[in-house]
Amino acid sequence: MRANAGRLRGVAPWIVPLLVIAGWEAASRSGWLSTRILPEPVAVAQAFWNLLKSGELVHDVAISTGRAVAGLAIGGGLGLLLGLLTGTFKTAETLLDTTLQMVRNVPPLALIPLVILWFGIDESAKLFLVAIGVFFPIYLNTTHGIKSVDAGLIEMARSYGLEGWPLYREVILPGALPSILVGLRFSLGLMWVLLIVAETISAQSGIGYMTMNAREFLQTDVVLVGVLLYALLGKLADLVARGLERRFLRWNPAYLGVSA
Amino acid sequence: MQRDWITPPATGLGVRLAGLGKRFGERTVLDDIELDVSPGQFVAIVGRSGCGKSTLLRLLAGLETASSGEVRLGDAPSAAARDDVRIMFQEARLLPWRTVLQNVKLGLDSTDATARARDALAQVGLADRADDWPSVLSGGQRQRVALARALVHRPRLLLLDEPLGALDALTRIEMQRLIESVWREFRFTAVLVTHDVAEAVALADRVLLVEDGRITLDEPVALARPRAHGSPAFAELEGRVLARVLNEPPGEADRLAA
Repeated sequence: MRANAGRLRGVAPWIVPLLVIAGWEAASRSGWLSTRILPEPVAVAQAFWNLLKSGELVHDVAISTGRAVAGLAIGGGLGLLLGLLTGTFKTAETLLDTTLQMVRNVPPLALIPLVILWFGIDESAKLFLVAIGVFFPIYLNTTHGIKSVDAGLIEMARSYGLEGWPLYREVILPGALPSILVGLRFSLGLMWVLLIVAETISAQSGIGYMTMNAREFLQTDVVLVGVLLYALLGKLADLVARGLERRFLRWNPAYLGVSA
Repeated sequence: MQRDWITPPATGLGVRLAGLGKRFGERTVLDDIELDVSPGQFVAIVGRSGCGKSTLLRLLAGLETASSGEVRLGDAPSAAARDDVRIMFQEARLLPWRTVLQNVKLGLDSTDATARARDALAQVGLADRADDWPSVLSGGQRQRVALARALVHRPRLLLLDEPLGALDALTRIEMQRLIESVWREFRFTAVLVTHDVAEAVALADRVLLVEDGRITLDEPVALARPRAHGSPAFAELEGRVLARVLNEPPGEADRLAA
């Protein structure tokens, strides 16, 4: 009984997606769904396989991932640094926080015309868009995380002789980490959204370029491969973030005994 | 099994407060406190909440600075003796992201830190929980870890800020016995702030009452240790101090003690 229930629970989440795909395939084959709107799943799989064989797919995914990671490193790194600064030093907060809060209210995508004027349409424009988008979630959550570290723990550590870097390492950073990781997860979601937009506006390579190119030639199957790739990469980024949480927040009762 | 550090030199730290005062803005919390605590003595400070007893302890710990007067520990101003002073708070204040053992090691950087931390954990009866996260411990166990964390530094003055206030009655009595036994073994000076008069009488050589920022009662406790809560002498003293805390006429004390 129990084994059956377990197996059912393993299979159950996949029932709906499988039914959708089966229905989609049937609708395409019966001609009810035009290939111009949605190609049949088999054709998408075929397109995926062809792109993989030609090496195009790997190339574009590598390029896009590279951009995403570089943008995250720049924007996230700066966000973390400034967040630590304003969270730790009152002076830094007074000087920087109001400015940053104002900039935060500008949607990054509204900057696209400016970005094109500043950077043209080459790599740095895409990096800039991704970086500015991922900056704020990490900045805000880092500042918040540092400020919300239990003051009682800091007082205790001080009375045990901890000051400066040891205090930071033992108490403040670990205390702020849950919040910083929440920021990272938000950023990872935004990272792909911004990259998709940047790549569809202007690119000579990457997944966005691949799909825009396919659109010109009405290759809906390739467009769909691109959409699925974004979904997969987004899911992958989320898994990485969860893995980090499980690794670094082991002590937290909310993560204790959570299986992988 | 026990290592050298377990038997520290028998040197509690004497405490002398001279004209000690503390104001927060307009409000005077402590006013002109004079107090002498001899080395190795166990002093309990009782009083209603908000009377300034916790502030007094925080001044001793160096967590607050005095508005007037001075705290002298041993023969030096308190700042010089900070490494000899450890404090236990009402909450255990363990770092949730460090294991029990790592928590006890906090602030130790000698090469034998781990061995010393393990010994201190054994001292409080938690040797087998060294690798657990604090979140899986009970309230009483967390306070025992906090006690081990204080003991590992071989304090000469241990300050206890209502550390048993949040524990259930049975765990409380266990903890009182544990604190008494480590105090007898290590011979440090102890200052316990508590709102529980019975706890003060059970543990202390001397009970102080703080009212409106002043010490208004200084009562020696001459009962033999270990003390039995039920004994007539214990009950009489407890009743007398309690009546004084509650500001009742002397006649009430006998009724309360009965």
